[in-house]
Amino acid sequence: MNKIFAVAGVVIKELYRRKDFYVLFILTVLITGLMWLMNFFHDEQIIRFIKEICLLLIWISSLVIAVTTAARQIPFERESRTIFPLLAKPISRWQVMIGKFVGCWLATGVALLVFYIFFGLVSASREHTLPVDAYFQAFWLHWQMLGIVIAMTLLGSVALSTPAANMTIVFIITIGILAMGGFLHKLAEHMAEPSASLLTAIYFVIPHLELFNMRELIIHGWTGAALPRWIDVLGGTVYGLAYSAFFLITACLVFRRKALN
Amino acid sequence: MRKGILILVLLQVICFSLVAWLQPRYEARTGGAQASGNVLADLLGDGRKMVADYCYVEADVYFHSGYYPSVFDQARKQEETDSDVTHPEEGNGQEEAGFMGKPLDWIERFGRHFEPRVHTHLQGDQIREILPWMKLSADLDPNRVQTYVVTAYWLRRRLNKPDEAEDFLRSGLKTNPHSPDLLYALGQIYLDNRKDYPHAKNLFLAALRCWHEVEEPKPIKTETGEGQRNSFLLEQILGALAQEETDAGHLDQALQYLEQLKANASDPAGIQQQIDTLKAKINAGKK
Repeated sequence: MNKIFAVAGVVIKELYRRKDFYVLFILTVLITGLMWLMNFFHDEQIIRFIKEICLLLIWISSLVIAVTTAARQIPFERESRTIFPLLAKPISRWQVMIGKFVGCWLATGVALLVFYIFFGLVSASREHTLPVDAYFQAFWLHWQMLGIVIAMTLLGSVALSTPAANMTIVFIITIGILAMGGFLHKLAEHMAEPSASLLTAIYFVIPHLELFNMRELIIHGWTGAALPRWIDVLGGTVYGLAYSAFFLITACLVFRRKALN
Repeated sequence: MRKGILILVLLQVICFSLVAWLQPRYEARTGGAQASGNVLADLLGDGRKMVADYCYVEADVYFHSGYYPSVFDQARKQEETDSDVTHPEEGNGQEEAGFMGKPLDWIERFGRHFEPRVHTHLQGDQIREILPWMKLSADLDPNRVQTYVVTAYWLRRRLNKPDEAEDFLRSGLKTNPHSPDLLYALGQIYLDNRKDYPHAKNLFLAALRCWHEVEEPKPIKTETGEGQRNSFLLEQILGALAQEETDAGHLDQALQYLEQLKANASDPAGIQQQIDTLKAKINAGKK
């Protein structure tokens, strides 16, 4: 376990040394600030529109941070040949892979937390309330979703030839699932066989990342009984961890047989 | 190297020549459309009407606090057509049965825990939340009269902002100077909020004139309902004129407008009742 956390620690340090997070955070703050300054019919109480834009930017930024951080890990170690001294130590390949995953996931989680704190401040400054439970649920589910994306990216980083190809494919898959994943079965209803069965099968196989999206509830200020129950959040967490584990185990299996030179 | 640079320069010259040749033809085809002054609208080009429609629907989504069918749901088209934000009185308090339908599988059932599940409409001054989308929609498609009318309605009725409503309607009138809907909505501000009867009357008369210019040539009924005459607007204008004359104390003129209204009304019996009441009032005044 110590070895896994040692590898993870290096990944976390790498994230705050790099500029990606700072640039994306400042960009989010700037754009949200501009939206804040926009004047719609001299009404200074409008907040949902600002929340929508801010949350959208947070989702985009967190995806960029998660995918770019995870996609570079193994290829960079191989390019710079630091993978050889690393594996010369008493550490197995699966420990390296899991260490990379834990590092990326924790680092992304820290970045996400900063984004959500900013979002909470923006929201509270106009609404004068801070529904901590709702924001925590949103943050938690968002983080679980990023876990799946990171595991998927790590699998891509050992299965695909270049980080660029990996990042492009993961972005397309992630955005595709977020936008369409929940509706594939409805589309299949209007299709002929065998396309209908194929699409339905895809619907049941893919990780439903859209399940972790609580944006509509947060934007429109739903609280109390309208929020998901904690048991549902737990269910979502188990679902997310199961898919993360699936991609991670597959990545470990591919990495175990991968030639490094 | 030099050959490559020369090819690049040649390509650049060809591109420039093509643009210089095509631009005047394009302008002639589109009727010399000018830049709107809105960066977003200029960037989106002809696609801006589509984005404007999206913004308008998004206002309806906000009106329902996110409880809205997706583009893949059967109910979506019906909801977009109903557009509760446009017809608030009709939608208030109604529970739309089968709005989302039954979930088809466990994934959909589980996913519903993380989405809005209750059908509500924005209450009180919360309606302000739809305003950014309405403004964007109007900026992107300034010819869509409905956006101005609906926004002005909410600004005036719910947010008590008649000045902002007037400014917005006037900006709509700049692009649609002969719109009876906009003139009627503007007249309503002068009648209800300002109690400026002469100004309101002028605006309603202008709306009536424009209605005859714009709507009268249209067929009374079409199969799809598109492009047919807006008789309801005529009723509204004549009703508002009658109301204005009554409020201003010109009961005889109000009676004339009610007679005109009766000839065009969907409910002549109701109008006859109003006429009788008004006649009784006039007679009582004479005695």
